Amino acid sequence: MQTKAGVLVAYALQQLINGVTLGMIYGLIAVGYTMVYGIIGMINFAHGDVFMIGAFLSLIGLTLLAGFGMTSVPLALAISLAAACAIAALYGWTVERIAYRPLRGSFRLAPLISAIGMSIVLQNFVQVSQGARDLNLQPLIPGGMAIFEENGFVVQLSWMQVVISIVTLALLAVFTWLVTKTPLGRAMRACEQDLKMASLLGIDTDRTISLTFVIGAILATVAGMLFLLYYGSINFFIGFSAGVKAFTAAVLGGIGSLPGAVLGGLAIGLIESFWSGYASVPYKNVAAFSVLVIVLIFMPSGLLGRSDVEKV
Amino acid sequence: MTAPLLSVEHLTMRFGGLTAVSALSFAARANQITAVIGPNGAGKTTVFNCITGFYRPTSGTIQLHHPEGSSYALQSLAGHLIARRAKVARTFQNIRLFAGMTVLENLMVAQHNTLMPNVVSGLLAVFGLGGYRHTQKLAIEKATTWLEAVGLIGRADDPAGSLPYGQQRRLEIARAMCTDPALLCLDEPAAGLNPRESDELSELLIRIRGGGCSILLIEHDMGVVMRISDHVVVLDHGKKISDGTPAEVRADPKVIAAYLGEGDEDETPADAEEAA
Repeated sequence: MQTKAGVLVAYALQQLINGVTLGMIYGLIAVGYTMVYGIIGMINFAHGDVFMIGAFLSLIGLTLLAGFGMTSVPLALAISLAAACAIAALYGWTVERIAYRPLRGSFRLAPLISAIGMSIVLQNFVQVSQGARDLNLQPLIPGGMAIFEENGFVVQLSWMQVVISIVTLALLAVFTWLVTKTPLGRAMRACEQDLKMASLLGIDTDRTISLTFVIGAILATVAGMLFLLYYGSINFFIGFSAGVKAFTAAVLGGIGSLPGAVLGGLAIGLIESFWSGYASVPYKNVAAFSVLVIVLIFMPSGLLGRSDVEKV
Repeated sequence: MTAPLLSVEHLTMRFGGLTAVSALSFAARANQITAVIGPNGAGKTTVFNCITGFYRPTSGTIQLHHPEGSSYALQSLAGHLIARRAKVARTFQNIRLFAGMTVLENLMVAQHNTLMPNVVSGLLAVFGLGGYRHTQKLAIEKATTWLEAVGLIGRADDPAGSLPYGQQRRLEIARAMCTDPALLCLDEPAAGLNPRESDELSELLIRIRGGGCSILLIEHDMGVVMRISDHVVVLDHGKKISDGTPAEVRADPKVIAAYLGEGDEDETPADAEEAA
């Protein structure tokens, strides 16, 4: 009896570890959605595809470095991550410049439709240039540790999961500091609260918005690389599913709220992994989105979102 | 006589069929307080909105001449450059502070261009390099000076939205002053203030003028206007009806007629415009 309870606990703990890992990746992407929404009030549907491009750029970088005979894994990871971030940042900047900025001041739906168009463009571009099949990467950070074993069930914590957690937490700490303490972060928050007033104080709002997209793209690229290393397999469509999940996470946490995005990401990750572990894997998305619906019915502004009260 | 700091020439602003400002010309001189007064709906706020880039005027020019020689055509300058290059700052009738940021942060945002003149310096600032610490120290000093000037030094770390109304007004002026303006445009700064607060405001404005910043003022509180203005421009129905020293304007029969309410019934559409 006692061993049976032990197995149950062990099993739940394993789901918790898997869910937190997944949730961190969602959280990193969700921050990009929520940041852009906060500042210009639009959903950047192409953000998931920037994540996908980040994953592809990482894979290309790693393959190239291996081709050049680089054997040090940490060095190869660092170089290809830096390169991928730089190029993906350019993608993020370009997307905003050509697809959203010309539509600023247009009706609300216009940039949204433009974003969907941009998402299709990026997906098809990668499909054509990289092929539609899954591309695989051998595990670069193999192994892990067994936390404990209970009656034959081993609770595993892989090194990759540790890396994902550390990288995500470090990145979020840097990002939080950037937003709260630096002049750029202050300008971003000012633009978020009152774009016109920020401009009247001499802040170049277009530049601040561009930088917001660049930062979002960098976070998404890191998420893309972690995804690549964790699952070892990517294709041109991963941006859609991960993007929709991360968007859901952002809405669940309260769109516009940065801690909300991370919290929402963790919630979605945990729901998915627990549902997969206890109910059925094919229905995991149904579970995640059902929770979204239920939360929004009772808390329309999300978990940490503030309700907008129009002043008259 | 020196060249005027601000010269507005034949400014016209139409909204559809409504002419809010019609062929308006006036000048504001350096180191003076110029008041723009007039009944509700006279087009005062519209003039401000044209000067600060909120509206693109239908026709006319708005020139700003800095004493050192550079001059700017405000009617065609991009929004953020009006504050950054031409050095024009403004406050609003309905307060527009960044309510979720602290009092100090509001003043730091106003110094954004000193703290982060370009993207590279922004990156350096992230790592605390490139003289950023020194610049930041100066920015905090300037913010502190203005917080002391408006009596808010004790509230520096409180959210701006939590301040009482009168303090928010003063903070808005302090924030505008942190952009180092050559011309400060104040839209009804005394609205909703009690007599003591109005007196403090008058002193503050005189002090700002003494510091070399010129002021353009929209105000309904005639006590404040008559006491501190060097020059008064009177608008009615989008046209200038009088222009001179406070004493001259007060004695002008056209001004008296406008304030006693000739043609009150015409003011409703213009009111709607001014609110927008």
